[in-house]
Amino acid sequence: MSPKTLYDKIWDAHVAHEADDGTCLLYIDRHLVHEVTSPQAFEGLRMAGRTVRAPEKTIAVPDHNVPTTLDRANAASMTEDSRIQVEALDKNAKEFGLHYYPVSDVRQGVVHIVGPEQGWTLPGMTVVCGDSHTATHGAFGSLAHGIGTSEVEHVLATQTLIQKKSKNMKVEITGKLAPGVTAKDITMAVIGKTGTAGGTGYVIEYCGEAIQSLSMEGRMTVCNMAIEGGARAGLIAPDQTTYDYCNGRPNAPKGADWDAALEYWKTLYTDEGAHFDKVLTIRGEDIAPLVTWGTSPEDVLPITDVVPDPSSFAGGKAGAVQRSIDYMGLKVGQKLSDIAIDTVFIGSCTNGRIEDLRAAAAVLKGKKIKDGMRAMVVPGSGLVRAQAEEEGIAQIFIDAGFEWRLAGCSMCLAMNPDQLAPGERCASTSNRNFEGRQGYQGRTHLMSPAMAAAAAITGKLTDIRELN
Amino acid sequence: MEKFTTLSGIAAPLPLVNIDTDMIIPKQFLKTIKRSGLGANLFDEMRFDRAGNEIADFVLNKPQYRDAQILVAGDNFGCGSSREHAPWAIADFGITCVISTSFADIFYNNCFKNGILPIALPQEQVDVLMKDAEKGSNARIEVDLEAQTITSSDGDVFSFEVDAFKKHCLLNGLDDIGLSLEKVASIDSFEAKAAAERPWV
Repeated sequence: MSPKTLYDKIWDAHVAHEADDGTCLLYIDRHLVHEVTSPQAFEGLRMAGRTVRAPEKTIAVPDHNVPTTLDRANAASMTEDSRIQVEALDKNAKEFGLHYYPVSDVRQGVVHIVGPEQGWTLPGMTVVCGDSHTATHGAFGSLAHGIGTSEVEHVLATQTLIQKKSKNMKVEITGKLAPGVTAKDITMAVIGKTGTAGGTGYVIEYCGEAIQSLSMEGRMTVCNMAIEGGARAGLIAPDQTTYDYCNGRPNAPKGADWDAALEYWKTLYTDEGAHFDKVLTIRGEDIAPLVTWGTSPEDVLPITDVVPDPSSFAGGKAGAVQRSIDYMGLKVGQKLSDIAIDTVFIGSCTNGRIEDLRAAAAVLKGKKIKDGMRAMVVPGSGLVRAQAEEEGIAQIFIDAGFEWRLAGCSMCLAMNPDQLAPGERCASTSNRNFEGRQGYQGRTHLMSPAMAAAAAITGKLTDIRELN
Repeated sequence: MEKFTTLSGIAAPLPLVNIDTDMIIPKQFLKTIKRSGLGANLFDEMRFDRAGNEIADFVLNKPQYRDAQILVAGDNFGCGSSREHAPWAIADFGITCVISTSFADIFYNNCFKNGILPIALPQEQVDVLMKDAEKGSNARIEVDLEAQTITSSDGDVFSFEVDAFKKHCLLNGLDDIGLSLEKVASIDSFEAKAAAERPWV
């Protein structure tokens, strides 16, 4: 048998039907559902007289719209259209018998944090959700990607997805990371190299010592942003770190099932000699703490660098770079570490897990945020929030001057009231710096939680390695 | 789903790279539980000022492009969020064909579920069509899905690639859930086999 990549193995294990032209029905093991991209899909089922084929494999949680303020149990905290969407999810989850974590449940949170936390996401699975950051779950060695609402309806009705196989791409991060460099910097460094379309048509497998050394939280951060590089999915082969994370989770297998699962999971790796269509290698030692300066996730530079000159870009990119610089209100040649910010957002499916909060709190301990700074922490789930409170991390944030919020997507996409005002500039641990992403005319700089915490203290983008 | 067979229409030029789905339809318009009506807010932040007035120099506000049925855009069109509201907004506006050098994966797939044909062409061909689009209502571009050709107003004919299954569904306006349910026996047997082999799933 010819050697296979990890992606090949997971793909082969899920083909329920293959047509002559290679179009497949790929069986879906876990379908995650949130309130924004699902109402039209459930409505479509009803109109066609169809039902949910596998409600036991379908998990619903509201996250995009929900307020993160402490008064959110009060319906008036939500705009009417948001409330209607959340209520529609509530109704659909109950009517179709899905696993459901409502706003009032301590386990509620960002769908991509809840899935792994509750043990729904396991190695070797196929996982989809009507959200592009479904790539997060690839950290477990599961094939996970975002889908549109029509595909959500297709999965609800058939538990399969019509797919053609993507190509294989290997991204190897060798060696060790330098101090101050995190999983976020790895994933941003990769996008900086490939560009936002470099992964289009591929499933990326991340490997190498620097990847293997990451915790599950860090691996989820890396895979989360695979989509920002255009890839259909990002994968990391499961290992002892993965098994330890899964063991004991509420929906992880137990007893003999656990033993059988573990035996299977140990076969989930890329065979020696398997073919990759594209390979990118980055030395871990060469990655610096990074920030974005523009309005595309590929606009990354080390914090020690300066705002680039549009004329230094080839192809048709110069115009886009000038547009980004204008939108961001920056000057060519300006030092990135001189850019003043007025808002800090720590949270999201990229960096809203306990390890992210610990990293930020380690920087903030005993310090205060700069006067006039608006800073908020939005834990990725109610359980992350509870754990942070138990560890004393919440108090560090509060003492430093951060707002300590309830779980949700919040200012990552600003569908709830957490938004930037026009011209406001945010150091953000989220995943997208698009125009208007965090609020109309808002300006976003992406970075790691430790870098965002440092920026909160100094009031400008800051090299974490320079902070005393 | 609406069929797509042939199209002869005005093309609007949007020569920006990385047009993301937040630009196509900003998040405040995702708070709907319907698919319809989103065309009014297509490219909202580029098309309207905060008071809701049209921004005169945005392409779709110019008189010659108000009835555009084709969009010619820069690389990596539709990147970002998986929101199908993006193709819903495009189709609702009346655009059923988008031409670029490349498309983001999820957006590309979403188009085919909504009667929109996304066409990826080499840079030099997109350049020709972009110039054509800049001529406004004086230039009509012809698209023929069956023949997989696109014809500029000057008569240049370019061939494009499209997946055979996607083409079949688009030409006939087929509901792919219905097609997949015809294979339910395969899904049943796969499910039974997987349940035996991987009972923990």
